Amino acid sequence: MRLVVDLNKCQGYAQCAFLAPDVFAMHGEESLIYNPRAEEEQRERLARAVAACPVQAITADGLDRVGEVREAPDGR
Amino acid sequence: MAADYVEWLRREGRIVIVGASLAGLRAAETLRAEGFAGELTLIGDEPYEPYDRPPLSKSVLLGMASPHHTELPHRWEIDAKWRLGVAATGLDPTAKRVRLADGDEVEYDRLLIATGVRARPWPKPEEARLDGVCLLRTCEDAADLYRRLKAGPRRVFVIGAGFAGSEVASACREMNLPVTVAERAGAPLVGALGGVIGAVAADLQTENGVDLRTHVTVTALEGDPAGRVRAVHLSDESVVEADVVVVSLGSLRNTEWLQGSGLGAGPRGVACDAGCRAFDFRGIVTDDVFVAGDVARSPHALFGYQFLSLEHWGNAVAQAETAAHNMICHGAERRPHLWMPAFWSSMFGVNIKSVGVPPMGEQLMVTQGSLAERRFAAVYGYQDRIVAAVTFDNTRWLEFYQRQIEIGAPFPVEYPTMDRRPEGRQPVDARFPDPSLPTHGPMVTLSGYSPADQQLVFHPARH
Ligand SMILES: Cc1cc2nc3c(=O)[nH]c(=O)nc-3n(C[C@H](O)[C@H](O)[C@H](O)COP(=O)(O)OP(=O)(O)OC[C@H]3O[C@@H](n4cnc5c(N)ncnc54)[C@H](O)[C@@H]3O)c2cc1C
Ligand code: SF4
Repeated sequence: MRLVVDLNKCQGYAQCAFLAPDVFAMHGEESLIYNPRAEEEQRERLARAVAACPVQAITADGLDRVGEVREAPDGR
Repeated sequence: MAADYVEWLRREGRIVIVGASLAGLRAAETLRAEGFAGELTLIGDEPYEPYDRPPLSKSVLLGMASPHHTELPHRWEIDAKWRLGVAATGLDPTAKRVRLADGDEVEYDRLLIATGVRARPWPKPEEARLDGVCLLRTCEDAADLYRRLKAGPRRVFVIGAGFAGSEVASACREMNLPVTVAERAGAPLVGALGGVIGAVAADLQTENGVDLRTHVTVTALEGDPAGRVRAVHLSDESVVEADVVVVSLGSLRNTEWLQGSGLGAGPRGVACDAGCRAFDFRGIVTDDVFVAGDVARSPHALFGYQFLSLEHWGNAVAQAETAAHNMICHGAERRPHLWMPAFWSSMFGVNIKSVGVPPMGEQLMVTQGSLAERRFAAVYGYQDRIVAAVTFDNTRWLEFYQRQIEIGAPFPVEYPTMDRRPEGRQPVDARFPDPSLPTHGPMVTLSGYSPADQQLVFHPARH
C-alpha cells in the first residue's frame, strides 16, 4: 500500500508510530519518518493510524476516506 | 457562450497535464473529483508513476524506505492516458498542441504546466561526469546515492548546505560516515532562514561530527585515472579526499521546452496570475494554460503581490488543486491561490518547520524557547509586520504564528509569553545574505513584480 504524510500538518504526537511501528517512527523528539510503501499485512494497523491521526495528515491508498476505514473485526 | 464552453469542456474537453509528479497527480485527481468527464492525458519524462521526493533525502537514506517505492497514493480514480518516459519538447499555444520528444503531438483544450525543477548540476561537465559525483532529485539519484553510502566510502563531500545538502550530511552521520560540507555563505540554511538561525544549524552540524567549512567555494573536483572522483579542491587552497561528492547547489526550473511558445517563462519559472493562469511574455494573461508547483511563480496577496517561486511540497499540492478547480469552472467560481507558504525539514533528529516567507524578513525575535537549547520559535519582521516564523522542535506553536502572519500582526511582537528569555526581548538583524547574490536552495525566491521574465539570466555561483 502506498501512503504519504503531509508533514506540514503533522504535529509529531506519534499516535501513528504507536499504532503502526513498522511503518512510522519518530526520529528525535518530533520528526516523523515513515515508509511510503507499507506491506499488505500492515493494512489494519495502517488503517488505525490513519483514523487516529489527530490532524488527518496521513493519506493511504483506499484508506483515506473516512467511510472506508474498517475497524478491526475483533475490536482489537 | 463562455458558460457553454465550460460546460462542454467539463463534459468532453481535452485536458493535458505536462509533468507527472506531485502537482500533476494532485491536479488530475482534483479535475476528476470536481466532475471533469473529458479526456485527460498526463505526460511525464520520468518512466515512473508519480512518486514523492521528500522521503528520498530522509527515510530512504536512513534505510527505512526503498528509493523505488515512494509512489504517491491516489486519492481519486483518475482514468487518464499516461505518457510516461517521454518529454514534452515544445508548445504551440495558438494551435493548442504539445510536441513530444518521440515526434508525437498532443492536442488540448486546456493545459496545465507542472514540470517542476531539476537539480543544478556541477557546472564543469567533465568533472560532473566523474564516477561518484551525485545529485539528489529523482528516485534514480536516491538509489545511486544510497548504494554508494552503503558501500562505506572513506569520506562524503557535500557541496552546498541548503536543506537538501544538510539532510544528506545528517544521513551520513547517522550511518557513521565521515562527511565534509562546504558552503559559500557563513552557515548552513542561510538563504532560507538567515544567519542567526543558520548559526544554530551550524552548531547542530559540528556537534554531530560534520566537518563544516563555511565561506569557501569548491574550485575543482579531481578524478583518478579510472575516472572516479578522488578529491575536492577548495577556494582556501585546502584539498579534501572524498570518494562520494553530493552536488547540492539548488535547482533549475524545467522551462526550456517552453522556449518560443510566447509564454512568460524563463529561468525563474512560468509566471501566472493568482488564479494560476499563465502570463504570456507581454504580461497578458492566457486563459487556456495554467501552471502549478515548483515551476510556477505567482503573486501573493499577503506578501505585497510579489511573485513567489516556492519549492515546497505543500505549495505544489495546494496550487495544483486551485489550478485544476479554476480550469473547469466559470470565472465567478474561480479561487485565488492564497496558500500560506510552509515547509518542514528534519536533520540530526531536529524537526525544522516554517510558515510565511522568512527571506522577506529583516529582523528576527526569538519568541519562545532558546536558540542555545535548539528548541524554539522565532518570528521574522518586515516593515513592522510579522511575515514568517520558524520552529525547531516546537511544531505545535506554528499554527499560532501562521494566524499572526495572516492578520498582519505587528512586529516587534508585544504579547507576553510564558517562557520569554532575555535573548528574545529585542529584535535582531535576521542576517540574510544580499538578495542580489544567488544562494543555494533558498526554497522561496522573491522574484519581483514583472510577469515577463524572459531576459533574466541567472549567473551560477563562482564555483
Ligand atoms: C530530496 C528532496 C527532498 C525534499 N524535501 C522537502 C521537504 O522536506 N519539504 C518540502 O516542503 N519540500 C521538499 N522537497 C520539495 C518537493 O519535493 C517539491 O516541492 C515537489 O516535488 C514539487 O512538485 P512538482 O510536481 O511541482 O515538481 P516535480 O516534483 O519536480 O515534478 C515535475 C515533473 O515533471 C517532469 N518534467 C520536467 N520537464 C518535463 C518535460 N519537458 N516533459 C515531461 N515531463 C517533464 C519531471 O521529470 C518531474 O517528474 C524535496 C525535494 C527533494 C528533491
Ligand atoms: S499521528 Fe498524525 S500528527 Fe501524529 S505523528 Fe503521526 S502523522 Fe503526525
